[in-house]
Amino acid sequence: MSTLTDLNMQQLLVGLQKKDFSALEVAKTYNAAVEKAAPLNAFITTTPEQALKQAAESDARRAAGKAGALEGVPLGIKDMFCTKGVRTTASSKMLENFVPTYESTVTQKLFDAGIVSLGKLSCDEFAMGASNITSAYGPVINPWTGADPVHAARQLVPGGSSGGSSAAVAAHAVVAATGTDTGGSCRQPAALTGTVGMKPTYGRCSRWGIVAFASSLDQAGTLTRTVWDSAKMLEVMAGFDDKDSTSADRPVPSFTGACGQSVKGLRVGIPREYRLDGIPDYVNKAWDDGIAMLKNAGAEIVDISLPNTAAALPVYYIIAPAEASSNLARYDGVRFGLRVPGKNLIDTYEQSRGAGFGPEVRRRILIGTYVLSAGYYDAYYLKAQQVRAKLMADFKAAYEKCDVILAPTAPDTAFGIGEKTADPVQMYLEDVFTVTANLVGIPAMSVPVGLAPNGLPLGLQIMARNWEEETMFRAASALESAAGFSAKPPFRV
Amino acid sequence: MDTETVARVARLARLAVSPDQQKAVAGELGQILAFVEQLNSVDVTGIKPVAGVHDDALRQRDDVVNDGNCAADILQNAPQTMADFFVVPKVVE
Repeated sequence: MSTLTDLNMQQLLVGLQKKDFSALEVAKTYNAAVEKAAPLNAFITTTPEQALKQAAESDARRAAGKAGALEGVPLGIKDMFCTKGVRTTASSKMLENFVPTYESTVTQKLFDAGIVSLGKLSCDEFAMGASNITSAYGPVINPWTGADPVHAARQLVPGGSSGGSSAAVAAHAVVAATGTDTGGSCRQPAALTGTVGMKPTYGRCSRWGIVAFASSLDQAGTLTRTVWDSAKMLEVMAGFDDKDSTSADRPVPSFTGACGQSVKGLRVGIPREYRLDGIPDYVNKAWDDGIAMLKNAGAEIVDISLPNTAAALPVYYIIAPAEASSNLARYDGVRFGLRVPGKNLIDTYEQSRGAGFGPEVRRRILIGTYVLSAGYYDAYYLKAQQVRAKLMADFKAAYEKCDVILAPTAPDTAFGIGEKTADPVQMYLEDVFTVTANLVGIPAMSVPVGLAPNGLPLGLQIMARNWEEETMFRAASALESAAGFSAKPPFRV
Repeated sequence: MDTETVARVARLARLAVSPDQQKAVAGELGQILAFVEQLNSVDVTGIKPVAGVHDDALRQRDDVVNDGNCAADILQNAPQTMADFFVVPKVVE
């Protein structure tokens, strides 16, 4: 049944509708696929029995003429989404035994639309990382292997933080997966695995029930095989939620309707500051190829300037840890999560947190606490908030001249597990092209466009104006069809 | 960053950092701070700080009770409970 797992979401929905196969058959096939993909370590918790039960219910709904928008589609859920009755760890030892008594708004919407959940996908601990190596449940392995001896000889990271999601989608262990994106966590893993990764406008999806990392930056997103699949998922995931004060009370347009629309006359901005030193030639070449593809499709290419680009990453690495240090204060060993008994209450807090959090999470809590502490607040946090305002102004000015922005997603292809760990800043540089979209709130998505000479996938990123996901999907689907990326990783179920 | 600062910040964060880890942590935090200090060169004179991207649109819900009678749910994941209470080490002598 390998052909069934080769269908993308759009094809699968057609097949289900035409009754070429039932949701139960699909779920059985994917349960087996999840087992076969075990060497990738993409899942923290698998839920094969739940999948079969949901699939049977899905078939019953379809038979009763009550099929939802994603009826019978098997998905993987990033382990940052709280799922009622199913352990939710955020890839942390802190939440090893945490079983939510509630469902996140986004996953509830997906279930209401008829999805079948195959299980919970690994990520970097509390979504802090760009390689999935900070997971307390071990690294996730990229199903891609490099073509040259240097790359072929080692196991590669699937990107992060949504590395379980990207690896599982690339290996066809799931049809698609949810992700979260705080600084590039859907887009960068997509670029490193030849998949499509998308974050919508901040406020488009409810954050309620998603384990909080940095609340002014966090958004739910998708990892999919195609741009259309992403648009379809977002149509379901988006929408107003009273339980999130930053959720936008706006209608959800037809994102799938935007896919395939002409980009004739669309102004595509090319930010000159994104030509960074030290970026390999093949990344810049892929970018140039992407520019040519959109131009050939009728778009107008515009040179733009984002003058404060170099400040984005430092701003991010002040604001994200500051918010994280505040959000993660809730893990006190009292109400939920790991408790390590101490000499007294304070010692219990300190021991529980010291034992429950891994090294990267600890670093970010400490940095965040430092930049918010008396005497340093103005120099770091307030300054970062001001520079963030300047970045927002940069984009506002740029979007006077263009409708979307095209840029690389990641500074290079997938790297080896254990690399870029000599100092924390090396890993942070993975996010150099992606953090800005989170800081300014805009929707952005990565589309695979080709293979580097080392045989590994490269992605390009489309960024649109706030609330203009339709324009983003239009440009991304034009790029997708022009690039015609069809390479598949050597490891597939 | 020195080890005393690490100890002070760790205390503020209620995060145990053992003395033998302090030096390594100080080094890592120092690298991060050196990196973010690039911001010193950005002129922010007269720029109003932002806490988020839709600052002016934040909505407040009505101040009414909309939830409750779910003590069992709230306590379900607690490490230690008694009746409808969380149990913590003794805090008064």
